[in-house]
Amino acid sequence: MPISRHAFGLGLRKPHYAEFLDHRVAVDFVEVISENFMVDGGRPREILRDVRARYPVALHGVSMSIGSADGLDPAYLARLRALVDEIDPLFVSDHLCWTRIEGFNSHDLLPLPYTVEALDLVCANIGRAQDALGRTMLIENPSSYLDIAPAEMTEWEFLAVMCARTGCDLLLDVNNIFVSATNHGFDPLAYLDGVPHDRIRQIHLAGHSQGSELLIDTHDQPVPTSVWDLYAHVLPRLGSVATMIERDDAIPPLHELLAELAVARRIAAGDARVAV
Amino acid sequence: MSLLDLQRDMRGWLTREDEAITARLGVGADPGLRVYLNNYRAQLVACLEESFARTRDWIGGEAFEHAVIAHIARVPPSSWTLDAYPRDFPATLALLYPDDPEVAELAWLDMALGEAFVGPDSPMLDEDLTRIDWDRAVLRFTPTLDLAKLTTNVTAIWTALADGDTPPGVAMLPEAGAMIVWRYAGLSRFRAIGEVERQALLSARQGLPFAALCAAMIDAYGGDEGIVQAGQMLGQWLGDGLIAGIETR
Repeated sequence: MPISRHAFGLGLRKPHYAEFLDHRVAVDFVEVISENFMVDGGRPREILRDVRARYPVALHGVSMSIGSADGLDPAYLARLRALVDEIDPLFVSDHLCWTRIEGFNSHDLLPLPYTVEALDLVCANIGRAQDALGRTMLIENPSSYLDIAPAEMTEWEFLAVMCARTGCDLLLDVNNIFVSATNHGFDPLAYLDGVPHDRIRQIHLAGHSQGSELLIDTHDQPVPTSVWDLYAHVLPRLGSVATMIERDDAIPPLHELLAELAVARRIAAGDARVAV
Repeated sequence: MSLLDLQRDMRGWLTREDEAITARLGVGADPGLRVYLNNYRAQLVACLEESFARTRDWIGGEAFEHAVIAHIARVPPSSWTLDAYPRDFPATLALLYPDDPEVAELAWLDMALGEAFVGPDSPMLDEDLTRIDWDRAVLRFTPTLDLAKLTTNVTAIWTALADGDTPPGVAMLPEAGAMIVWRYAGLSRFRAIGEVERQALLSARQGLPFAALCAAMIDAYGGDEGIVQAGQMLGQWLGDGLIAGIETR
């Protein structure tokens, strides 16, 4: 579902629940991890209902496993559909990855090879997921620590064909592009110029950490200059998108995240003097 | 290599450090594979640490770490939700601590409290108890009610650990009973119960009418004592918020 203007939001995390519920926080939307609320009942569902009464909510999943060679989990889809029906989210998203195979669930976003076989399978799974959910999904580009050769296309070519064939939209994670580009030695600007701009509905901004040999997508740092630069490069090429700061570890006070979000707002407003 | 083969090899790497995937992808893949292995294990360790805080307090950080490593090797995660991963950990602890039954019982209590917290909602009991036809009444219990065998004083140990007090030493109960866990007014709760209440609770939860429960108690304990015990249990269950509804059949 396209939005009419740029929107700016935050990932809703436990340390900030009270502030979001007790005050009107200056965000256009919040994003929650779908699986945290795909529970039978109790306080988490109450909190989500209360938050939804105050803010638009995007549902962001980590366990659909859209790239599983043995297909999707119908029980998972049914639970997600129930949550979608209750929350009426702004977006429903998950990752271009796989997490589960033959009864094993890694709970990590594992990489796919960029082959025709994988593309056919991912497109079929997205089609089934969108049918089950009754709506268009957003698929997020992953961070990657493995370059599975031989690739038959680039990641951005994969995403472009995937969108064209399934009608799905994109959640563009700019930090993930920077991490993968650094780890695998491709040009992040070529990536940003190669993805289908008209399919990008949402953007994630986050930080990363340097591992012993690879850059790691840790979400425990402020958005670095390198990621802000890529965001500033791609944003003028897009229609209205929903941008959010994603922080999952070393979560700072809410005002620090709102200050980061203000930087995104200034970039979107075309302020060339933004200091990042 | 098919996608299915690749995913099976990756599963082998994560669960057994099977190096078939390294052979397929080449030595250049090693740093990346180690990142994924670390991420996989770190997620499961964090899940178990968060879910079994009191158990960790009791056996100590080092012993807990060994148990977690053993569990991750013994039970790979299968559900789409990490909330399900704690369920088998008490069984792993029972294997690791066969002579210390309080460890697995404490772990069950940690696990069950977490499950109750996100269990199904149920309406609060909204009945005028004076208008109930108790001869035809059937009790409907909260769907979060769970129970397990109890042989030790782990409920006292758990409470002391949660309060930051020095826990009592392990003591075997004079006779085995049960511990029950449920959610009421948004909070997970627990209580140790004796064998008589355990049997009564199981029967009532399976739909035994309250009048039949009273009759069974009278048969077991005699007229006055049976009625008194049945009445006390009903009062306790109502006060605890265990009963979500009362139907008449």
